[in-house]
Amino acid sequence: MSAQQQEPEEPETQEVPEDQEMSGLASPQQERLQRKQESKAQRERAADEGDLDGDAVHLKVFRYDPEVADKQEPRFDDFHVPFERGMTVLDALIYARDEFDSSLTFRHSCRQAICGSDAFFVNGRQRLGCKTQISELDQPVRVEPLPHQEVVKDLVVDMDHFYDQMHAVEPYFQSEDLPEGEEQRQSRENREKVKMSTRCIWCGACMSSCNIAAGDNQYLGPAAINKAYRFAMDEREEEEIKEHRLRIVEQEHGVWRCQTQFSCTEVCPKDIPLTEHIQELKREAVKKNLKFW
Amino acid sequence: MYEHDVIVVGGGGAGLRAAIGAHEAGADTAIVTKLHPVRSHTGAAEGGINAALREGDDWELHAYDTMKGSDYLGDAPAIETLAQDAPEDVITLEHWGMPFSREDDGRVSQRPFGGLSFPRTTYAGAETGHHLLHTMYEQAVKRGIQVYDEWFVMNLAVTDEPDPNDRSCHGVVGYDVQTGKIEGFKARDGVVLATGPLGQAFDHTTNAVSCTGDGQAMAYRAGVPLEDMEFIQFHPTSLPSTGVLISEGVRGEGGILYNNEGERFMFEYGYANNDGELASRDVVSRAELTEVNEGRGVNDEYVHLDMRHLGEERIMDRLENILHLAEDFEGVDGLVEPMPVKPGQHYAMGGIETDENGQTNIDGLYAAGECACVSVHGGNRLGGNALPELIVFGKRAGRHAAGEDLGEARIETGYSPDVEEETDVDFPVEPGEAGIEPAVGEPVADGAGQVTDADAVLERAVEAERERVDYLMDKDDGVQHAEIRSKLQKAMTRDVNVFRTEEGIKRALKVIRECREEYQDVYVDDPSRTFNTDLQMTVETRNLIDVAETIALGALVREEFRGAHWRKEHQERKDDEWLKHTMISWNGGKPSVWYRPVILEGEGETYEPKVRSY
Ligand SMILES: Cc1cc2nc3c(=O)[nH]c(=O)nc-3n(C[C@H](O)[C@H](O)[C@H](O)COP(=O)(O)OP(=O)(O)OC[C@H]3O[C@@H](n4cnc5c(N)ncnc54)[C@H](O)[C@@H]3O)c2cc1C
Ligand code: SF4
Ligand code: FES
Repeated sequence: MSAQQQEPEEPETQEVPEDQEMSGLASPQQERLQRKQESKAQRERAADEGDLDGDAVHLKVFRYDPEVADKQEPRFDDFHVPFERGMTVLDALIYARDEFDSSLTFRHSCRQAICGSDAFFVNGRQRLGCKTQISELDQPVRVEPLPHQEVVKDLVVDMDHFYDQMHAVEPYFQSEDLPEGEEQRQSRENREKVKMSTRCIWCGACMSSCNIAAGDNQYLGPAAINKAYRFAMDEREEEEIKEHRLRIVEQEHGVWRCQTQFSCTEVCPKDIPLTEHIQELKREAVKKNLKFW
Repeated sequence: MYEHDVIVVGGGGAGLRAAIGAHEAGADTAIVTKLHPVRSHTGAAEGGINAALREGDDWELHAYDTMKGSDYLGDAPAIETLAQDAPEDVITLEHWGMPFSREDDGRVSQRPFGGLSFPRTTYAGAETGHHLLHTMYEQAVKRGIQVYDEWFVMNLAVTDEPDPNDRSCHGVVGYDVQTGKIEGFKARDGVVLATGPLGQAFDHTTNAVSCTGDGQAMAYRAGVPLEDMEFIQFHPTSLPSTGVLISEGVRGEGGILYNNEGERFMFEYGYANNDGELASRDVVSRAELTEVNEGRGVNDEYVHLDMRHLGEERIMDRLENILHLAEDFEGVDGLVEPMPVKPGQHYAMGGIETDENGQTNIDGLYAAGECACVSVHGGNRLGGNALPELIVFGKRAGRHAAGEDLGEARIETGYSPDVEEETDVDFPVEPGEAGIEPAVGEPVADGAGQVTDADAVLERAVEAERERVDYLMDKDDGVQHAEIRSKLQKAMTRDVNVFRTEEGIKRALKVIRECREEYQDVYVDDPSRTFNTDLQMTVETRNLIDVAETIALGALVREEFRGAHWRKEHQERKDDEWLKHTMISWNGGKPSVWYRPVILEGEGETYEPKVRSY
């Protein structure tokens, strides 16, 4: 089932006109199917032009090391890696490192889009290296560190600011009123409602793609707000705590900074409807405030 | 130097649970981990977590299934503890907000899994591990547990009495990946190793790149025996280029395996005439490899798993995530073409020997999770039994390390010369010894028994690691880790894989020996102290050599066919002789292999070995 189908309908509200923009957005499902059509066409083209196997992939990789003399000035290095069917950007980087230059540095671990450590800026877009097929990219393939983050070395960026923002929303369940010896009840509908928000792998792609976050260092950013959404919408969490959390996301550098540019939603490798979640929290905040004022 | 009551090494499922357990028992606790906790491999687990939660099920049934699944190589006290503690510990996860899948009445869902007599696998969609990991990390944040992330632990600080059972552990040596700094972490009460799997000993694995068996190797060299290392689970359907797992669900829904001649080999070649594609993991893995070995593999490497005939609607409904996996990681569209699959290393049943409280034979040293072997999985792990192991034994290890009394353990640990039986199998080459960087020597536990003061032990260990790193960095020519690692991995996949023959295992041991010798000439090319992954991977490669050797040695001496361990020359389970664990100790740089009897006596009953027929 698609994520979009499972998102419960939200009544459109007067207070938040930006909401109407949501309807123009293709569902992750549609986008995926479209991507699939494109990659099929691509494969067919490749087949027409003869097998890609054996051809070299041209990578242009960003290099920088504060300690090594000839890398202190950032530069791009070229690598030519033999192509194999199924090869991802991460596979190509690993090949380049193991065969050509062992100092080439990048984070990676799971190779299956779940650890969130290999988000890079590939051909001008935030993508997970392990989830991006080389055959879908124009050559040369430019691999750069995530923009708007401090570069530690080569493709490794400093994630501390991202983690700080994630921690700022108090990202943990706080309810104290728990049934003895058995689980709390949660409706299927409620689980479906929070489901997409719980898929975040902390890759930082959304934050890096966000213009607002780039200009305002204190902006909580899409990932942290989505994390708050995850708890604010969970029916197991107590009301008081939800309100407390809403106040956190409603502060000066919170949800109201979002200008619904959708860049976060576009790059999220887990298809989380981030912009939609931010909008929904704005609505919640408005509702709550109306109650108090 | 950093100092805490309890130091947990690793921030995956086991490490997080251990840290929370220690914190709850009142200890000042810190996690030291080479990856940020949310990047840990636990996030990749899909299927679910077993616990007897419902009426009609109880811990005794769970224990019984697990003992049978282990092919009678699990220890009853460990298995019973797992089954008894799992329900409460799973409920705790729910209380912490884990988004489990739900029934209509709002209770958590459970589903059937292979080898279980009751549908007791609790799950959160097809991402149980991801949610488990994140939920526990959130709770660690809530409690303010200190996390030193991207700190790679290079060694343990252990005293060096001649008898390993007299030694004690006082901390670890960490390498700050971001800055290159090497520092000691002193543990006032205990160190818990929760460093996870070792899949990188093979060149084709479902395990993450970080799974390099560091904890197993460090504990082993410090004097803790490794237990049942030969038992490695292989999964029959992983994608050839990456090792990404294609779940059993595809075969469950009716997916068909074909060889390169388009034959449905599971039936046509009679591997499993009754069950076909749905035969157990080890049977299907062997069938696939036989096809490839006999020249009927596609591109001489893999077979095809076809689900096209199920129709787009059914695939989209039930197997949509498989389409994503095949497309994202292999570039294959499962709706229009069959998917390539082959067996991949998946899980290590063996590991660091511990008792039910997570304690090893070295005072103050604990282990939990996949790096440990408290002996719940024996010869074969049931699906859904690894995740409860993390939380049950993670919590116990953390609490015990923090000084909580959990009662006397029934499982004994450590080598005791009067009772233990040693192997009489001859090795084709001398194992061990070589492969230690020449300038450095054995960093800890050389048997001299001189340094016992905690601070001095830690300082000595830190000094040894600093020297080792300087040596590796200063050397400017030689062999690179990638070359040795790839040679080792290929040898293991070729000869200590799903199929094992005496000749093959001996060949692998010879290659491992060569790797050790080449490793003496290893060097780090990257001159930088900033985020030097070249250095880190060089140290990890040393760990892989030690771990791979124990797997091969175990496979060589176990002359029977049990669980995941298949031997060409020995096609039967030999209960008379082999109801015993394979133990390997690192004695002054040289492995010695010995055995310890399996404990089949449980609390109320003795588990009688039965034929495993599913
Ligand atoms: C694809 C897949 C699917 C699975 N599905 C299931 C399932 O459905 N059900 C089930 O029960 N089991 C499943 N398993 C098995 C289960 O997921 C693992 O056994 C378990 O997650 C291991 O957890 P861990 O905490 O021991 O290790 P990990 O999660 O790997 O954590 C290890 C930690 O140690 C750290 N570390 C390692 N070395 C060092 C070092 N030298 N210094 C510092 N830190 C270090 C790492 O950074 C990491 O934080 C699956 C496994 C795989 C591969
Ligand atoms: S919300 Fe998406 S893009 Fe942002 S950190 Fe999470 S997974 Fe990455
Ligand atoms: S390597 Fe884990 S997300 Fe790409």
